[in-house]
Amino acid sequence: MTLKQTGRLTDTPTHIETDVLVIGSGAAGMYAALEAAKAGAAVVLADRSLIGRGGATVMAQMTVAAALGEQTPDHWEHHLSDTLGAGRGLCDERLAALLCEDGPRRLREMDGWKVGWAREDGHIKQAQAPGHDRPRCAYVDFLATGPAVSRTLRSRLIAAGGVRRIGDLLIVDIAVRDGEACGATALHLPSGRIVTMAAKAVVIATGGLTGLYRRNSASSNMAGDGYALGLRAGAELIDMEFVQFFPIGHLAPRLVGMDPIMWDPFRYKLGGKLLNAQMREFEQDYATADGRSDGRYVLTRDLATYAITKEVEAGRGSPAGGAYLSFAHVPEAEIRGAFGPVVDRLAANGIDLARQPVEVAPIAHYHMGGLRVDQTLQTRVPGLYACGEAVGGANGANRLSGNAITEAFVFGARAGRSAALRASQSVADWQPEAAHAAIDLLRSATKRDAPNLAAIVVELKAIMADMAGPFRTEAKLRSAAEAIERLKAEVGGVPISSVATFDPVLVDWLDLRNMLLVAQSVIRPALARTESRGAHQREDFPTVDDTWSVNQTVALSNGEIQLGRSAVIAGRAAA
Amino acid sequence: MKATLAIQRGSPGEPPRIETFEVGFEPGQSVLDGLRRLRAEADPSLAFRFSCINANACKECMMLIDGQVGYACTARLKEGVTALAPLPKKALIRDLVSEIAPPDERL
Repeated sequence: MTLKQTGRLTDTPTHIETDVLVIGSGAAGMYAALEAAKAGAAVVLADRSLIGRGGATVMAQMTVAAALGEQTPDHWEHHLSDTLGAGRGLCDERLAALLCEDGPRRLREMDGWKVGWAREDGHIKQAQAPGHDRPRCAYVDFLATGPAVSRTLRSRLIAAGGVRRIGDLLIVDIAVRDGEACGATALHLPSGRIVTMAAKAVVIATGGLTGLYRRNSASSNMAGDGYALGLRAGAELIDMEFVQFFPIGHLAPRLVGMDPIMWDPFRYKLGGKLLNAQMREFEQDYATADGRSDGRYVLTRDLATYAITKEVEAGRGSPAGGAYLSFAHVPEAEIRGAFGPVVDRLAANGIDLARQPVEVAPIAHYHMGGLRVDQTLQTRVPGLYACGEAVGGANGANRLSGNAITEAFVFGARAGRSAALRASQSVADWQPEAAHAAIDLLRSATKRDAPNLAAIVVELKAIMADMAGPFRTEAKLRSAAEAIERLKAEVGGVPISSVATFDPVLVDWLDLRNMLLVAQSVIRPALARTESRGAHQREDFPTVDDTWSVNQTVALSNGEIQLGRSAVIAGRAAA
Repeated sequence: MKATLAIQRGSPGEPPRIETFEVGFEPGQSVLDGLRRLRAEADPSLAFRFSCINANACKECMMLIDGQVGYACTARLKEGVTALAPLPKKALIRDLVSEIAPPDERL
């Protein structure tokens, strides 16, 4: 084994001081930065990728739910009732109410910023989406909601000023002093240098963890960074066993240039049929088990995921291991009308929906769990806030479609304002010691013979998909836990580096440090919850057990995961 | 099927070198699929930018593909040689990574 220090890491760290540090530049992070700056704070918005390009927002092609009452009369209490229903008794009602009550204001603010919500007869058009009692979901045509949201918020950031935006900056650890968050330590990827940041408040807006799974609908950098950062800083996680799988993620033929979850609105509009290898509709076979349905669909998302998985297990799957989605019964002109220019993008991929079905299969889509926060979006670590998908609790055991972008806006704005308020009441008092542990960790990086970390990332994703995916058993979860322990040993406690700048090996090592911890934070509560509820389905415990109407929490104590239970918070916060 | 990727590598200030890799693929797979597979199977130190993997939403995987500026996530792998190089008019960071962030969004 050859040991050699990597050059740049030993350079004197670059130091930055600010009032509020926001980590992650999806919709939640950008909204947080905007609101914090509006409240008078100096803000740094950092992203490991380029600003406004990574994360989930830019990938969100679908709808944004809020009780605007534009399409049909509505009230946020109706939206809340649907959100709590979808959450299967586990929602933190304070957060769910905040999401639903503040949603309309934020969508109108975005409308004023010219995001371009689709309109009809002079009003914002709201579509009916699964699980909602009425048309409530705004969108930007065609499949452009996420990119339009990202672009709009980024333009506002640039116009508003007061926010220093820094891309290619990978946060390694939150700096904590006397139990309070005071900044962060980061790796600047292009230069390979360490950066320390002093901040009076830190906002985690790093999104979810679907990147832990082989097939997922998020960006490559959404593998739970923020959960690991929060855990190591002393924060608690909640509802980590609830990973939402989207039943009809695109599987085959290879489709490039498009989001894998693009089929849903079209299936909804045109009544696309799910067929097994015998070209037979099978959803009805699974409908009797549960009377629920999602509007025009026979099955809810969780049941459709179950049905496809079971058909594949029974040997009736499509060639690539999923189900067929067919629009062959729909007249060609109607397909063109619904899909618009998307038809041409499909044609470029060799897909002609009037003539051939595509193959679809469940895909990791969203994480209900996340950092546990109060109604100011602060974690139990003073000065450490979270927003967007990084937050757990608002959606309980299952998220209502359309709520993800809404929570990004609402929680982002609230976290940004709370962080700015804290910053205005604090004096700068940076102690370099708060960054020493993270700096020492980075500087201990060595070039050495080691397993290919990129291959270990691939292996970890396969383990999570196969053993801790939508359908779980004690045996599968235990084997996942054992496999994670083995991978932890292979990855080791000392960072591995390869080159001085833009080092993908060091990034893989830092990612695996987070991913393996977060994977354990999913597996442990999944093993403990001996029932099936919402997105957590145990084949060995197939029904809801009322004694499990509690939230589970995850925290770190002396480096070990501690599992806890906590009564569900019912009742509202003062807005 | 096998694709041959001839990749320009190196850091600023050193003479660029071309390294050639063979990578298996299924028809329809993208150049980015091939690069990701190369990292896991052959050389994890190979540097390239990407974020959204597939959707052509992040626009980070822009590079020179057979001499033309394109996206690795939408260009298809083919049998025979595909030449990959960093963007020619942007500052090189390393391998296929160039400085594409707007100046006011850098450290």
